[in-house]
Amino acid sequence: MIEFIEIIFTAGFWAATIRIACPLILATIGEVLCERAGVLNLGIEGIMSIGAMVGWMTVFLGADLYTGILAALIIGGLFGLLHSIFTVYLGASQHVTGIGITMLASSLGFFCFKLILPASTTPPKIKPFQPIDIPFLSELPFLGPAFFQHTSFTYLAILVVIFAFWLMNSTPLGLSIKMAGENPMALEAQGIDVFLVRTIAVVVGSALMAVGGAYLTLSAFDAFYFGMINGRGWIAIALVIFASWKPERALLGALLFAGLDAYQVRAQQLAGAIVPYQFFLMLPFLLSIVAMVIAAKRTRYPKALLIPFRRGERH
Amino acid sequence: MIKFRLEERAKSPYWLIILSPFIAILVAIILAGILIVLAGANPFESYYQLIIGAFGSKNSFAETLARATPIILTGLAASIAFRAKFWNIGAEGQLYFGALATTFFGTGLVVLPSILMIPFMFIMGALAGGLLLLPLVLLKLYYKVDEVVTTLLLNFVVVLLVSYLLEGPWKDPMSLGWPQGKSVIDEGVLPQILSKTRLHLGFIISIFFAFSVWFILSKTVIGYRIKSVGLNAAAASHAGVPIFKTVLIVALLSGGMAGMAGVTETAGLKGYLTLDLSPGFGYAGIAVAMLANLNPIGVIFSGVFLASIYVGADAMSRAMNVPTYLADVIVALTVLCILLSLVFVNYKILFFGVKKND
Repeated sequence: MIEFIEIIFTAGFWAATIRIACPLILATIGEVLCERAGVLNLGIEGIMSIGAMVGWMTVFLGADLYTGILAALIIGGLFGLLHSIFTVYLGASQHVTGIGITMLASSLGFFCFKLILPASTTPPKIKPFQPIDIPFLSELPFLGPAFFQHTSFTYLAILVVIFAFWLMNSTPLGLSIKMAGENPMALEAQGIDVFLVRTIAVVVGSALMAVGGAYLTLSAFDAFYFGMINGRGWIAIALVIFASWKPERALLGALLFAGLDAYQVRAQQLAGAIVPYQFFLMLPFLLSIVAMVIAAKRTRYPKALLIPFRRGERH
Repeated sequence: MIKFRLEERAKSPYWLIILSPFIAILVAIILAGILIVLAGANPFESYYQLIIGAFGSKNSFAETLARATPIILTGLAASIAFRAKFWNIGAEGQLYFGALATTFFGTGLVVLPSILMIPFMFIMGALAGGLLLLPLVLLKLYYKVDEVVTTLLLNFVVVLLVSYLLEGPWKDPMSLGWPQGKSVIDEGVLPQILSKTRLHLGFIISIFFAFSVWFILSKTVIGYRIKSVGLNAAAASHAGVPIFKTVLIVALLSGGMAGMAGVTETAGLKGYLTLDLSPGFGYAGIAVAMLANLNPIGVIFSGVFLASIYVGADAMSRAMNVPTYLADVIVALTVLCILLSLVFVNYKILFFGVKKND
């Protein structure tokens, strides 16, 4: 039994937690941005998938890794723009638009992948981001290998999260975004374009989701597989609800979740002979549902979430 | 900057309502045509190959209808649920649960003459699909847990459960190492309805259910309640519609339809359960339902249309060297174009003034 407790005292466990958390954090923060502005973005799963593909393909075709991230950012923003034209400007169903965007983004990604690499049975690999040792800190016992020997993409992701906090909590735009999701009429009364604010939030949020997908192909792994997002987008949406739409709680939620995931992978190695692996793989999805149930009582949705804003109409 | 405003139409013109899905499909096909050009193929010839592949011979036509069978059922599942604004995106998982029930009851545990065995399996499949949705709908009704996310997440759990059963306790020892379930007994196999093809009784059954759902939705009190809950739950509740009961019925009907799609695939098309039983039929159902504007009779036609895209794209891919994922792109584009057309059907777009200092 003691082995199951020892797991959390290994540096490898904490390093893996950070690695698993990164794409989730990016996607969850992206979804928080969209939903705080009043737009549910169910396109997340597909946007992560095409972000993973485009980021990887850009590097595979010869560009450097940072250009790969930029390419994912742009494709994510474009799908965010498409989402916002439908849901913000035209007021179409956010549920169905999101599902449609997920279908379009993932199938388009697969189509392009097959078009460029028609006959690849084993997915080709790229040289992904390499771990960087942060001077001095990386030499600390335990803490060094756990937290200070990650790839630059990982540190970049943490910077992005800090930027998102700053944007949401300390800028006029952040305040406008929150108002667009709570009381768009009041925002309009101040002479601010609700459509524009919502569009900015959805475009930036979707770009973050795509970068989260690209983390998988450029930093965590070195190849693109069909179905590699494997529900991470849906888990991110559950985390947003668990976090009550607060970015700092979303960060904690994603870390907690990633920790449990990293733990189950290691526990699986210990208990794999007794419990079939499929049950371990089910855990993230079941835990997400449990997290939503736990959060349900104190859940306070943004008031204008799912409600299209129409000029000259009163709600 | 050009400013515009959407104004709800008091009454949408009929020609627009009828024409709009066709325009949406046309636009989707034109947009996908651009991708065909990018793939270096002639779009006209490619679409010709697609149509031939889907309808060109007795065999291909039968294959299209066979493929439409589960899609019609998952399309009905989405139609019922979306009418009540109950967002069941879990048809994929419910389909597999129905398939699990078919394997559990249909491979020797229960032996009945065909005339009883087939209805029995459909009932068990429907119950399984509904049962999977039951805890989620109760969570929604009691704790307001969002069903969109829970139904989506449960799809992954169910597929993993199927994987476990097929690699472990339910694996057919005769399958030479492939993870597949035992064969459905002869009494339970859905008979062919067109000789030398894969078209089976399930197609007729799915059409029967489309008419049944149409009857329930448009001719019964339950149907009226479902519609009113979807239009305005608060007002419906005020008018005495039992929301709790209605949403529960919606969930059971919706899950049941998707569960039966698992029965047609296991007992009809393949004869046994496999891990790749459904290449996303659950999600295709959403597209089918949207294309039919949630009308159950329309689901028959949109189901056959979508199936023809999938079947035809396989043939086109072989002939023209265009990746088969084009089919999924067309389906996704259709969903988005339908949404767009619904906006134009229900709203007038009024442009007002071009302001300089904006």
